[in-house]
Amino acid sequence: MVSDTLLAVENLTTVFDVRPTPVVAVNDVSFEIRKGETLGLVGESGSGKSVTAFSLIRLVQSPGRVAGGKVIFQGRDLLATSEPEMRHVRGAGIGFVFQEPMAALNPVMRVGAHIAEALIVHGLASKSDARARAVELLRAVLITDPEKRVDDYPHQLSGGMRQRVMMAVALACKPPLVIADEPTTALDVTVQAQILDLLRDMKREFDLSLLLITHDLGVIAETADRVAVMYAGRIVEQGTVREIFHDPMHPYTRGLLASIPGGGAGSRLKAIDGTVPNLASLPPGCSFAPRCPARMAVCDTAFPPVTAIDREHTVRCYLHTSPDPGARIPEPAGTAR
Amino acid sequence: MALVEVRNLVKHFERGGGLLRAKTVVKAVDDVSFSVEEGETFALVGESGSGKSTTGRCMLRLVEPTSGEVRFRGENVLGFSSARMRAARRDMQMVFQDPYSSLNPRMRAFTIVEEPLVIHGIGTRTGRRSRVADLFQLVGLDPAHLDRYPHEFSGGQRQRIGLARALALNPSFIIADEPVSALDVSIQAQVINLLMDLQEQLKLTYLFIAHDLRLVRHISSRVAVMYLGRIVEMGKTAEIFENAQHAYTKALLSAVPAPDPDAPRARIELDPALVNHDAPLRRIAEGHFAAV
Ligand SMILES: Nc1ncnc2c1ncn2[C@@H]1O[C@H](COP(=O)(O)OP(=O)(O)OP(=O)(O)O)[C@@H](O)[C@H]1O
Ligand SMILES: Nc1ncnc2c1ncn2[C@@H]1O[C@H](COP(=O)(O)OP(=O)(O)O)[C@@H](O)[C@H]1O
Ligand code: SF4
Ligand SMILES: [Mg+2]
Ligand SMILES: [Mg+2]
Repeated sequence: MVSDTLLAVENLTTVFDVRPTPVVAVNDVSFEIRKGETLGLVGESGSGKSVTAFSLIRLVQSPGRVAGGKVIFQGRDLLATSEPEMRHVRGAGIGFVFQEPMAALNPVMRVGAHIAEALIVHGLASKSDARARAVELLRAVLITDPEKRVDDYPHQLSGGMRQRVMMAVALACKPPLVIADEPTTALDVTVQAQILDLLRDMKREFDLSLLLITHDLGVIAETADRVAVMYAGRIVEQGTVREIFHDPMHPYTRGLLASIPGGGAGSRLKAIDGTVPNLASLPPGCSFAPRCPARMAVCDTAFPPVTAIDREHTVRCYLHTSPDPGARIPEPAGTAR
Repeated sequence: MALVEVRNLVKHFERGGGLLRAKTVVKAVDDVSFSVEEGETFALVGESGSGKSTTGRCMLRLVEPTSGEVRFRGENVLGFSSARMRAARRDMQMVFQDPYSSLNPRMRAFTIVEEPLVIHGIGTRTGRRSRVADLFQLVGLDPAHLDRYPHEFSGGQRQRIGLARALALNPSFIIADEPVSALDVSIQAQVINLLMDLQEQLKLTYLFIAHDLRLVRHISSRVAVMYLGRIVEMGKTAEIFENAQHAYTKALLSAVPAPDPDAPRARIELDPALVNHDAPLRRIAEGHFAAV
């Protein structure tokens, strides 16, 4: 249903013009986010998750540049939108929460001022009522004593509280889409659990769509409706959360799921061999080939095309490029699972 | 027999104390006792700042404890002279969390791994070269890369260099402080497998400090849960996971997200006001203690 689509990313490509060879950090990435859903973007560090997020809101820093593609948000292409209009989209259209809240908050600005600024810039509150709104938002993100905390500086808060403040800032203008880039990676598991619960509640209350970026498959399983798996700048598999966890198709997705500790105590873990690829020197064919237990001759020829397994489920792997669409190739003996 | 025994370990740090402000004392480790049996993996878990790393550092006297005892093979190392302590450290080593900052960027991998041998005056120059090459092989590194610098290795490989260095003096006891938390998901399992293989091959005893409870459940035989400087629960890993008694342990276990979208979610919130911080550890079952 096209009308349900809030954000459609088409063939997004972002390049860092570094020497000696430019690095393609985001390579031909396409996905969509529908109204009210959470899309989980998972991948290891350096796979291009954050650059994807920054590309969507056009905040990629030089030497990086968006080299191609479309980012259709609420019917218009953000990559063809003027900078003043983009400033309105950031905050009012798309809110964001980053991994390291300390870096995103201004150390000499009180908590309340961060929220007030967002409201005033977007004309959603006057100076006189911004403070009251800030207190209200702090209460919504479950900060105790919001009337007092509104006057705190960021360094006076714990990591979990800072992340809540970031969420209050992101939600201030009630944007329909929030991008959360590793919002809980720096936090303890107990605090992580609180923040994830809060994100879920906020999503319901504010009728949000969420792009949740993480490398933690547990967080994805708990939070996402659909999942995109990123490897070396590309989305290699995409599907509903159940398809990805119960019926993974790509050898990398399978390897990741299999490597989670959980088997018998003391047994060896099923590791993925090899090292995380260097984007500056990727192999000519499938970028996972050097680590893939199912590698075939064809894998070294060109990057595999997208195969649709099901309505929601797509994969880029030669194991699944069947000449007869719909037919599934049986699993090869060597596939890790 | 217990290889290492920690008794009533205390470490206080003094903070602040300016012209107008009173000094405050942080009780980073507050009367901690446990023992690690020869050949086992004993895990320390708990939230950030609960005192796990400080406990490990006190045991090797990388920081001086305020009071208590750390018995290694029956002897209290806290009473050792510095010369005696240096000798004892050959047998007790530490592997750190961050493979990026824990290796000197200006030293070649060979020199990093060789250094403890030089400090302890072990071997000739050529003998050390071949010992380091053997250590490289042992931890799954290519000896052809001996003369590379840390930045030329990936995170997982750097953690292997740290491990090779820790193993250089043939220790029997290794404190691994979050050895894989800084690594990529797909690399963590490789390093954990290596740690388990080395334990079997070299008969190592581990104190494993960790955040990831799934991992702890997988590799440790016993676990102690720290909360605000104290051990609030301790016992066989399976017993703790299935029969947790302390409110903090329950909250911690329930917070771990299951990698299964259909897993039931039953979050238990901790109400700090309900934790009696002075409750002593009480026997719950054979080898299972909780401060309840
Ligand atoms: N050198 C120091 N000076 C002052 N306080 C310190 C020092 N080292 C540690 N602390 C304090 O001691 C407490 C315990 O710290 P420790 O590093 O042992 O925690 P941890 O359990 O290892 O946490 P994490 O999971 O974050 O590594 C903290 O409150 C910390 O701030
Ligand atoms: N400032 C930069 N200069 C050069 N390359 C960069 C820069 N930022 C990111 N990259 C490249 O983009 C890739 C993806 O980075 P990023 O999106 O931050 O990864 P992730 O968020 O998945 O960990 C990196 O591997 C790196 O090669
Ligand atoms: S395309 Fe080939 S190398 Fe790449 S993941 Fe599929 S089987 Fe493995
Ligand atoms: Mg990132
Ligand atoms: Mg620590």
